Amino acid sequence: MRNEINEAHEAEEDSESTSRWAVVPGETIVSGEDYLPSEGTRREGENVVASRFGLAEISGRVVKVISIFGAFVPRRNNVVIGTVSDITFSGWLINIDSAGSAFLPIDEAPRFINRNEMDQFLNIGDVVAAKIWSVKLKGIDLVMKGKGLGKLEGGFIFKIIPSRVPRVIGREGSMVNLIKEKTGCNITIGQNGWIWIKGPDTDSEIKARNAIEFVTSKVHVSGLTEKVEQWFAEQK
Amino acid sequence: MAIKRPDGRKQHELREIKAKIDVVPNADGSAMFAFGKTVAIAAVYGPRQLHPQHMQDPSTGILRVNYDLLSFSVGDRKKPGPSRRSSEISKVTEWALEPALDLKAFPNSVIDVQIYILQADAGTRTAGINAASMALAHAGIPMKDLICSVAIGKNDKELIVDLNKEEEDFKEGEGATDFALAKLANSDAFTLMQMDGKIQPELVKEVLKLAAEASKHIYEAQKKALKEVVEENEK
Repeated sequence: MRNEINEAHEAEEDSESTSRWAVVPGETIVSGEDYLPSEGTRREGENVVASRFGLAEISGRVVKVISIFGAFVPRRNNVVIGTVSDITFSGWLINIDSAGSAFLPIDEAPRFINRNEMDQFLNIGDVVAAKIWSVKLKGIDLVMKGKGLGKLEGGFIFKIIPSRVPRVIGREGSMVNLIKEKTGCNITIGQNGWIWIKGPDTDSEIKARNAIEFVTSKVHVSGLTEKVEQWFAEQK
Repeated sequence: MAIKRPDGRKQHELREIKAKIDVVPNADGSAMFAFGKTVAIAAVYGPRQLHPQHMQDPSTGILRVNYDLLSFSVGDRKKPGPSRRSSEISKVTEWALEPALDLKAFPNSVIDVQIYILQADAGTRTAGINAASMALAHAGIPMKDLICSVAIGKNDKELIVDLNKEEEDFKEGEGATDFALAKLANSDAFTLMQMDGKIQPELVKEVLKLAAEASKHIYEAQKKALKEVVEENEK
């Protein structure tokens, strides 16, 4: 498998040992000075309060809310899959399904490209995997130098809910590696929810897609890796 | 005290509330909210890039609400498309929802909220705000709190909660007053206050108290609907 692009910090951490429950914005998660509000939470006097809808999780002293619905919010170092929406004199505009357009400079192309023939390398509608280099007010800059990044040819892409991507990747990539192993497909997952699958034949590609959709439909089940293995066994 | 209401409710009783999440599959977040026969759906798209570009604000994101009655929602067919009334309600809904949101995190972008009334029986803006608040939460947008909205009314001299169309058209005595309110669920901050008709200044305090009381029921329904969708996923 050529792509080892799953960022460790974006992948799921320790899902087995902690319990999770649903909270709505404004709801008190825990009270006490001992707890530290983290992602998706804030402190209001004694209480730690949820700032968004999702699953609350307390690990040690840290309280956070993991969101399970909603649009993609780009962050540095995210790997994303996007389609080329425009070609400018100095690079390509990539639609990554987020607020703000993403720009891929011409220097990021793996070989020299004549400015007059940029569509020879990436034309409008082509699909690329790229990494977010920076998120600024004026837009998002992408880079394409890295393992598993570049133009995606063959296979197909489909979309899942972006906030469930860490689930599909699993801890240190365990989930996606399992699916790759079982189906023999090459899978690239963008943090923006787009997933690219290319396999030896259409049947295994569809199987990989179904497996991923099975994972995304189970948001807070623990021990999901075993369940997926079981799911694969049932498929045969 | 015992006042007779046309649908047999108690004086301070809300109509039956129905709330549901995830009703529009292609939206980032969506919700349905119903007060009796008034049914509203709301869909949230975004945060996404704002067009036209001149409206973009690099210091904060903006909220854009579009409220409309569907043509079959009222007795006489409503001509589809924006009207004076619907643009006004869109704007006040925007103002009612904004204090609960943290839009600073999304510069240059927009959060679009579409509110459609499937069935109108008075209180459509309040049902719309309740649905929109749930849809925004469902879309994973950072929020301080949920927004609860309810109309308090006055028929002749009696204050009543959540008027229906018949009560809104009440003609006897002092006539009907329709006082639409929205508030943050876990604080005393009101974000919407509109009134049709007449009311004694002393009664306004009483109105706010009734609204706060009714909001608790609405908040419970909203909370239940949001949590339900997670539990469904669990199975």
